[in-house]
Amino acid sequence: MAAFSQTEVKPVRFGVVVFPGSNCDADSYDAVRSFTGADARYFWHKDTGLTGLDCVILPGGFSYGDYLRCGAIARFSPIMAAVKNFADEGGLVIGICNGFQILLEAGMLPGAMHQNEGLKFVCKLVNLRVENNETPFTTGYERGQVIKIPIAHREGNYFIDEAGLAEIEANGQVIVRYCDESGETTAEANPNGSLGNIAGVCNKERNVFGLMPHPERVCDEIVGGTGGRGVFESIISGVAAEAAGASIAAEAAGEMKDILGNIGNERPR
Amino acid sequence: MKAKVYITPKAGILDPQGLTIERSLPALGFEGVTNVRVGKYIELDLPDGDAAGEAVDKMCHKLLANPIIEDFEFELVPE
Repeated sequence: MAAFSQTEVKPVRFGVVVFPGSNCDADSYDAVRSFTGADARYFWHKDTGLTGLDCVILPGGFSYGDYLRCGAIARFSPIMAAVKNFADEGGLVIGICNGFQILLEAGMLPGAMHQNEGLKFVCKLVNLRVENNETPFTTGYERGQVIKIPIAHREGNYFIDEAGLAEIEANGQVIVRYCDESGETTAEANPNGSLGNIAGVCNKERNVFGLMPHPERVCDEIVGGTGGRGVFESIISGVAAEAAGASIAAEAAGEMKDILGNIGNERPR
Repeated sequence: MKAKVYITPKAGILDPQGLTIERSLPALGFEGVTNVRVGKYIELDLPDGDAAGEAVDKMCHKLLANPIIEDFEFELVPE
């Protein structure tokens, strides 16, 4: 029997896309690299390829100065065609704040953003209820768990038409909602007027996730909290488990082949 | 020719800017004003031709407006 393979564990590789006006790219990069078993590199918005990655992060900021509408110009950046291809092939994509707005404008997630109901830029720590923990981005949380993650935006008022809302609710695509400390999704706990207190949604295939709150800002007690760690832990452990599964399967297939080969040799003619 | 594009929030979509303006008008003595909607006006020049209208329509769908939350209309003005 073959010895247990001692193959090196590859780090889970994140790509952080930098648009002109991104300002949470370094936070995302640092947050990811604070996890054991994860690595990150930057991609400029003019890059056209995304190779060797497990997950793409579209970070927060004000891409293209939020001209016209938030994310409306960034979605035409050369890199976005590659991001779309990457997602179509099953790659994980997470859009945070402005990244979420870009994914909405690109049609990679359902709905649209408009101005906060109160017309103000809102920057504060909010409570979020995890609605679905069966996605690659939320396995690290319990369903119904209340987590604290900050928001910082002026256009985070999520909108989708009635039919669209019914569809994403039925499909379990609503991933996080604004809530109070006890997990109730009250109107008072809604910081921006979002329909159904929706703070984050995923696509039908569940490999593209967008949220207005900033998990990368709360990955260390030293910055005031760790509510966001679960997002990255979920991604990292999911990708690592898949890779381990694949390598075990490959090893098993190899052994099977050896065994079958031996049987073939021993078979009397 | 010139295209004049008008973009407004879709009917039924809350327009917080419009509401704020609506609430301010009575303070100036303008009573009874309702349905204030704030949108965008975009002007652009493009080559003359039969295809101009179709081109502007496409521009609106793909970039100038977000059809999920906004309505648009435009007029073409020969120069």
